[in-house]
This record gives sequence, C-alpha cells and structure tokens, in this order.
Amino acid sequence: MAYKQRVTARRRKLYDQSVFVILTIVSTFAILVLGAVGGFLLLNAYPAFSQVDQWQFFTGTVWDPTNPIEPLYGMLPLLVATLVVSAISALIAIPIGLGATIYLSEIAHPRIRKIMKPAVEVLAGIPSVVLGFFALTVFAKFVWDLFYPAWRPDDYLNMFNGAVFLAIMMVPIMVSLSEDAMNSVPRSLKEASLALGMTRWETTWKVVIPAARPGIVAAIMLSIGRAVGETMVVVMATGSAPQLTWNPFSSGQPITSTIAIEMGEVAANTPHYYVLFELGLVLFVITFALNYVADWAMRKYSERYQ
Amino acid sequence: MRRRTKERLFFMLFRGCAWAVGLALLIIVGYIVVLGIGVISWEFLTEFPRRGFTEGGIFPAIVGTLYLMALVMVIAVPIGVLTAVYISEYQGKSRFAGALRVAVNNLAGVPSIVYGLLGLGMLVFYLNWGFSLLASAMTLAFLVLPLVITASREAIQAVPSSLREASLALGTTKWQTIRHHVLPYSTPGILTGIILSLSRAAGETAPILLTGVVLTKTILPQDVWDTFMAMPFQLYALATRTVFEKTADFQYGTALVLLIMVVLMNLAAIVIRNRYREKYKW
Repeated sequence: MAYKQRVTARRRKLYDQSVFVILTIVSTFAILVLGAVGGFLLLNAYPAFSQVDQWQFFTGTVWDPTNPIEPLYGMLPLLVATLVVSAISALIAIPIGLGATIYLSEIAHPRIRKIMKPAVEVLAGIPSVVLGFFALTVFAKFVWDLFYPAWRPDDYLNMFNGAVFLAIMMVPIMVSLSEDAMNSVPRSLKEASLALGMTRWETTWKVVIPAARPGIVAAIMLSIGRAVGETMVVVMATGSAPQLTWNPFSSGQPITSTIAIEMGEVAANTPHYYVLFELGLVLFVITFALNYVADWAMRKYSERYQ
Repeated sequence: MRRRTKERLFFMLFRGCAWAVGLALLIIVGYIVVLGIGVISWEFLTEFPRRGFTEGGIFPAIVGTLYLMALVMVIAVPIGVLTAVYISEYQGKSRFAGALRVAVNNLAGVPSIVYGLLGLGMLVFYLNWGFSLLASAMTLAFLVLPLVITASREAIQAVPSSLREASLALGTTKWQTIRHHVLPYSTPGILTGIILSLSRAAGETAPILLTGVVLTKTILPQDVWDTFMAMPFQLYALATRTVFEKTADFQYGTALVLLIMVVLMNLAAIVIRNRYREKYKW
C-alpha cells in the first residue's frame, strides 16, 4: 500500500517535471521570433552594406532606386516623411488622448463611461486598411475642398491627411495605457488633496497626473512607436512621392510606405531589395528604442508605487 | 470662484476630447455602413468576382481571411497560452523568464511591415515555403503572439494566489493545480485575448502583402502552399490600383464586410470580459 502510493507520487512528480520541460521549450519560441526578426533583417540587409554607399544611404537627399543609369538610395526623404507624419499625429493624439483619459477616469458619469470605453476599444479594433480607405476616399476630398478657393493643400494626398488617421489609431492606445496608469494612483493621494480643499481639476492636474507621469510617458512612447511603424494608413493616404520636404500638406513617402510599395516590384537579391531590408532595420531600431524608453519609464513607475 | 470657473472650463475641454473620439468612430463606421450596406447581398457574399471586380462577389476573399484566421489560431494560441503559463506560474524571477518578458514586450512593438519582411526573408525565401497561405499565416501568428501572451498572462495572474495555495495544500502537484484550478478561472480572460488577436490578424494587411496574398485567383486555395485572396488586401489593392468609379461598390462592400467581422469580434470580446468580471469578483 505504502509502496504503491510512493510509486504514484513519483509518477506524478515525473509528469509534473515533463510538463515543466515542455513549457520551457515552448516558451523559447517567443525569444526565437525576436531573434529571427533581428537576425533575418541583418542577414538580408548585410549585402547592402557593401553594395550600396552607406554614407549616401544615411545622408542622401534623393530616393530614386529605379533609376536605370544611377539608382540613388538616399534615406532622408523617407525619414523626414516618417518624422513629419509621426510628429503631427502625436501633436493631435497626445492632447486628445490625455483629455479623453482624464474625462473617462476622473469626470465621466459611470453610465457614460460604460458606453465610451467600449467605443474606444472598438475604435482600436478597426483595421488600419479601413482607416486608410476612409482617408483616401473621404477625408482627402474634405480637406481638399475645405477652404477652397482661399487655400488648398499642395497635393491631394498629403502627409497631414495620413497623420490625422494615424492619430485616430493612436488615441485608443493612449487612452487605455494612460488610464491604467491613472487608475493605479493610490486613492489616498487623491482624497488627501481633495480634503485639503483642492478642486477636482487641481487634484487631477497637480496630484494624479504627476503621480501617473511614468505610465503616461510610456503610453506616449508606445503610441508614437505605433505611428512610426504603421503602414497601411500612410501607404493609402499620404501619396507616394519620395521627396524631401517638411511641408505637411505635400505628398510624402514614409519608410513603411516605401517598403510596402517597392517590395512588390523589386527582384529578390538586388541592391534595391537589400536596401529595403536595411530600411526595415532602421525602422526596427527606432521602434526598439521607443519601446526601451517606455519599458524604462514603466519600471521606474512600478518601483515608486509598490 | 475663479478656481471653480477654471475647473469647469477644463472639464468641458476634456469632455470635448472624449466626444471627439466617439464622433470620429461614428462618422467612419457610419459612412462605410451607409455606402456599403446596399452592396451586400447573398450573391456578393457567395460568388467569385467577375469582370474586374464589377460583378459577382467577394467569396474567395472572405474564405481566404477565414483560412488565415484558422491557421493563426492553430499556431499562435497553444504557443501563446503555454508561454503565458510558464511566465506567470513557473520561474517568475529567473533570468530566462526575464529575457522572455523583455522579448514579449519588444515583439509587441515591432511594426507589422517588419514582420512582413521577416516572413519574406525567412519563410518565403530562406525556408523556401514560397508565397503561400502558410507563410502569411505564420507571419501573422508571429505578429499576434505577444498579444495572446500578454492577455493570457494578465488573466492567469488575476486568479488569486489563495486558490493555488489551497489546491497545493491538498497535495496536488503544480501542473494539476494549474490545469484544474488556475486555467478554468482564467479561460474567459484568455478567450477575450484570443478573439482580439484573431480580429487583429483578420485586418492586418502589410504582413500578408509581402508573403503571399494575390488580388485575383480563379479557385480557392487548394492547400497551405497555395496563394490566396484576402479582404484587407483586396480593399487596399482596389482602392489604390483601379479606377475608383468602376470598383467603388466592391470597395465599400469589402470594407463593410471586413468591418462587421472585426467589430463583432471586438464586441464579443468585450461582452465576455465584462460578464466574467462580474462573475468572478475575488
């Protein structure tokens, strides 16, 4: 009897250990995927380092890869377009996202919150290609005719057009992440402030937001990362003209657009093909850095409020 | 008195922000519904497109998207959920678990087009899978993996530790506790995450653009090595590569079917989550 019990106990333990081994093996998959992203970007971008003038790649102002006589691979027009588009969308999305968050977490009636929060989540779920489609067919025309004849954008499809819809994609991320941050500010802080005679606005502005700042910083970084890496909206809405310009009302072609548009037309294992992978590498580095800052902010945050 | 006025002013501003978000949603969805609803018919949902997307329907694109979702589910869900179990239940503070957590966080921030490059470089060319349904599905599985892991991890960690301790104190092994006590209670949360991830996979365009989707195909994909049609790509390609007036119906129709599918999945996820939040109040 006792012997039998010992056997089943041992068997159960063995079973448990094998489950642990399986879980460990399966878990390495996520690490492998991240390694593969970096590895295969490098592997495919590597030939570009020798076949394409790297100085020209990072400082060149002309992107003309299909020129039959002398193809030019200057990244600056693409990088500037990415910067312009992301900056404008951040300028729109950050204040609106923060305002909506404050409204939802501090001011709104529970009944309104019950409707608004799912609405924000549904907005987050709309595929980017649908937003791009709307930008292309409806919004572009709206802006084009808005102040006519007094003013018109330089191009029908322009960077501002794309930035507005990137902002629409960023707002739900801003709201859900910064709401988490504001909700985890201890209640006692808020109550102490209110008890000292501060108004609700003063409490929100001077107590809740400073306490939630690291979480809000992380939310901003992650949503900017989203804007930098988003493809379909900019492909469809910003036009595709790789020109070096800071003017948001003219066409531009961000890094993501360039990869999406040109990868379909390029022959594998040509300099152009390798350069597109190098662009992917640049994109990966930018988003990695933004993620790192967000991660760092969050860690600092969780150290502060345990 | 002035402090109160200031408060009211700012609150009005914030309310405006929130309503602007709601309004944006309403306008976009409303516009596509109004223009797309007339296009949708039984024929539109069940027939192949004819005459350059001016007659017939979007059946192959719907099927392609469904195939993709099924494959993504088969690949990403087991790996994602098991990884989440490992992170939250085993070796929470080991160096390996730490690396895993960093990897998942970073994967979540990788742009979708970069996943597309990975699929192209690794799956299509290096592993020689060719432009295929499987290459696209695997790429999308990579993309949603961090979402599945994060959602499952949160659901698992929401189960109170007293439940685990009670079970362990009765002499069960760790896996038995997880299998019979932790996972059942976190199932609704995990399910929510899975549905949201699949809806994300259904709407993604950039990764499949580089790994095997095509605009026209006269038959359904015969196996996983075949190319395929899909709704998001069809919408993109029709909107940018054809004369708008000719294929406008198809564009609005495709947009609406895709939108309905994704929104329904999102709503289902929200309903499941809210229900279980009320059911399990620890």
